[in-house]
Amino acid sequence: MRPERTARKGGATGIVLPSARVDQFLQTLKDSIAIGSLYALIALGYTMVYGILKFINFAHSDIVVLGAWVSLTLARWLEAQTAAAWTAASPPGFYVGVFVLIAAMAFCGLVGFTIERLAYKPLRKAPRLNVLITAIGVSLFLQNIGQLERAFGTRPASIPALLPDRTLVAIGRVNITLLDLVGVGTALTLMVALEWLIFHTKLGRAMRAVSHSTTTASLMGIPVNRVISFTFVLGSALAAAGGFLWALKYQQIKQTADTSWTLLGLKAFVAAVVGGIGNVRGAMLGGLAIGTLEMFGSAYYRSSMADVYVFGLLIIVLLVRPGGILGKATVDKV
Amino acid sequence: MHPLSEKARSLRPALAPTLFRSVMPLVVGLGLALVMQMLVKPHIGDYPAKLVLDIGIAISLAVSLTMVNGFTGQFSMGHAGFLAVGGYAAGVVTYYGSLRIWGDRLTHGGILSGRPMSVDAATLSWIASGDLLFLGALLVGGLVAAILGFLVGLPSLRLRGDYLAIVTLGFGEIVRVLIQQTEATLKPEMVEWELVHPGVPKPAGVERVLSYGFDVIDPILNVNTRVYQAIADTPPWDVTTHVGGALGFTGLPKYTSLFWVYAVAAVTIFVAYRLKQSTYGRAFLSIREDEIAAEAMGVNTTRYKVWAFVIAAFFAGVAGGLFGHTLGVGLSAESAGFQKSFDIIIMVVLGGLGSISGALIAAAVVTFLPELLRMGVELRTMGLFCAGCLVVWGVVAMVIRRLAAKRPGTGLGLVILLGGVGLGCFAIIAPHIGSSWLSGLSGSKLDLSPYRLIIYALALILIMIFRPKGLFGVHEVWERASWTWLPWLRKTRRASAEGGPA
Repeated sequence: MRPERTARKGGATGIVLPSARVDQFLQTLKDSIAIGSLYALIALGYTMVYGILKFINFAHSDIVVLGAWVSLTLARWLEAQTAAAWTAASPPGFYVGVFVLIAAMAFCGLVGFTIERLAYKPLRKAPRLNVLITAIGVSLFLQNIGQLERAFGTRPASIPALLPDRTLVAIGRVNITLLDLVGVGTALTLMVALEWLIFHTKLGRAMRAVSHSTTTASLMGIPVNRVISFTFVLGSALAAAGGFLWALKYQQIKQTADTSWTLLGLKAFVAAVVGGIGNVRGAMLGGLAIGTLEMFGSAYYRSSMADVYVFGLLIIVLLVRPGGILGKATVDKV
Repeated sequence: MHPLSEKARSLRPALAPTLFRSVMPLVVGLGLALVMQMLVKPHIGDYPAKLVLDIGIAISLAVSLTMVNGFTGQFSMGHAGFLAVGGYAAGVVTYYGSLRIWGDRLTHGGILSGRPMSVDAATLSWIASGDLLFLGALLVGGLVAAILGFLVGLPSLRLRGDYLAIVTLGFGEIVRVLIQQTEATLKPEMVEWELVHPGVPKPAGVERVLSYGFDVIDPILNVNTRVYQAIADTPPWDVTTHVGGALGFTGLPKYTSLFWVYAVAAVTIFVAYRLKQSTYGRAFLSIREDEIAAEAMGVNTTRYKVWAFVIAAFFAGVAGGLFGHTLGVGLSAESAGFQKSFDIIIMVVLGGLGSISGALIAAAVVTFLPELLRMGVELRTMGLFCAGCLVVWGVVAMVIRRLAAKRPGTGLGLVILLGGVGLGCFAIIAPHIGSSWLSGLSGSKLDLSPYRLIIYALALILIMIFRPKGLFGVHEVWERASWTWLPWLRKTRRASAEGGPA
């Protein structure tokens, strides 16, 4: 049976495909690309901090939440300034979304900078375990500050629609909307920008040098403290972007202390490990890999066991190839 | 006999006093547990009793985590997984065992176990068959958790600190999700004979049979039928996966009492302390200090790391069994989540990684603090309490300075004491000064309970920055080494100069 063209809502043309299985496959593929790009954005923060300071920033997932909630609050406030409410039918101009994104990224970058200065800098020489515990403390702190009534509260909230609800292409029963495209597009743009920054600028070279060896880099005249702070700011900004895109995609976001956020962060960390921790391109690849695994596992086996697939992969990767996909295949030999 | 072995034998300490000294703490602990159950419990209310029970379970958990985090330095963040597995395994034994033996889900314990209000204490004996079932259930819970600990400990061998933490966290989450996949708990029903044993002739006088209803879904016809199986005919492996799933494991007979909780806590503390003093403990501590050097000295780090996980998991499993059988507590998949793990980690880190008494004290404080905060302390009372603390601190400082450090004068202690006295006076007279703002402020209630986790988080961060060893570090509270942070107990330059080569 040849695919036929039909007319769809919003004027987009559609293609009807022969079977439901292909539909499900394409839908799952679309979902995995969407969530994979989000995981990649968040994983970049983990991998950059690990590359430079060799510790897992447990508080990173809370910056994602913060980014989501800050963008929600800002969008709501802006909506209150205008006369009409923003819905999918009558959204504001494109520039509002861009403004909210940049504002959220700036705010979270500042928060990341503050955390690094106050909590992690005094522990530069301390054993990794202490820093991990401090990171847990910072994570708990951010979560619980965020859910005070004076801050964001404990009830879930939804972001007003910032984009028109328009289906661009429909393949079978799978709709690719403007929202999907903007989400993936923003993530890709940020990743390309990061790639350019790290591999084609002097600052990026400094970051790579510091991640290789802090002492030698400082001997070469690189301001190590500033580079470390900048890395944190960058990671936090990307996390905020991830949070904003999440809020845009899923519309309703839960309170800051909800366990789903920590799980999101953990899965992004698994993505960073799978791709090769410390490796920026690895984080992007790993994000896509984890997104694909989670979505396909949920669609084709059991959706309630999504977490098990991801953590199972982490254990397998750490036992078999600790360097990740793009990392070295060696194990620490003593 | 060889003269050397004779000499060695003569140098060995006598058996009886050594045995007494080593076993006595355990006996004292069990005696205390008995005292708590028999004498203390009837005189305090229900709410304080539950609090004390919670503290006891927290003590067991914190001390068990100290064994792997503190002694061996393997930072495990999935301890709640062992708790949950132990609790569920113990629950399966009590619940289905109870149904198999007595046909009901009530407690059949003696005076030492928990019992519903309706049962009169005078009719009970010291140890009843229900107690034995409960004890067996706890042991099974501990063993199952220990097996899981073995499985978790094995991959840990290749992983460094940070990665191990995340992997153990992942294990905890896997356990949580797997628990959610289990089937619903089976409830006993009295069903007609024909439905349970179709085709079999009915014995005289038997109308209905106590049985379980299994929901069988035929995948081809997509039909849901209910099959009944008599409880007496159901083997244990049929029921092990029916533990409630996402709804939680409810309906357990509530055997936990102050005695059991504190007896287990006493055993845990005893084992931890003796372990620390033994060769195992020395191996653990050496792995924690420098793994490479330990391996070079011949310590089989693999073996000891796995042992640490297994022992810690065992005690966590037993504590989980106690937890599941506590009145008012529902065992659910969330009991394996990382939030519960974090609660235990906070206790261990605050008390000092490696200190048993530190973990004990921190467990008590961390469990008790939410209740204190929830009470909504008046600002005035809070001020008086702080003043009292300052006064005590000042007096202790002056005493230590005079007696232990043997220095003249009073030093900072007097300043602290005066500060405390001043704050106390201010707190007392503040409502009576004419200012209405001051009296309003002093009378206002301060409900700090939403800030509880923020306080813990700040405490964690500050401790890691300023005192990373925790309150007591690796030493116990009765060892002088844990108090050397007090400026008066540090060796003064004068004393060390005299002690040096003259």
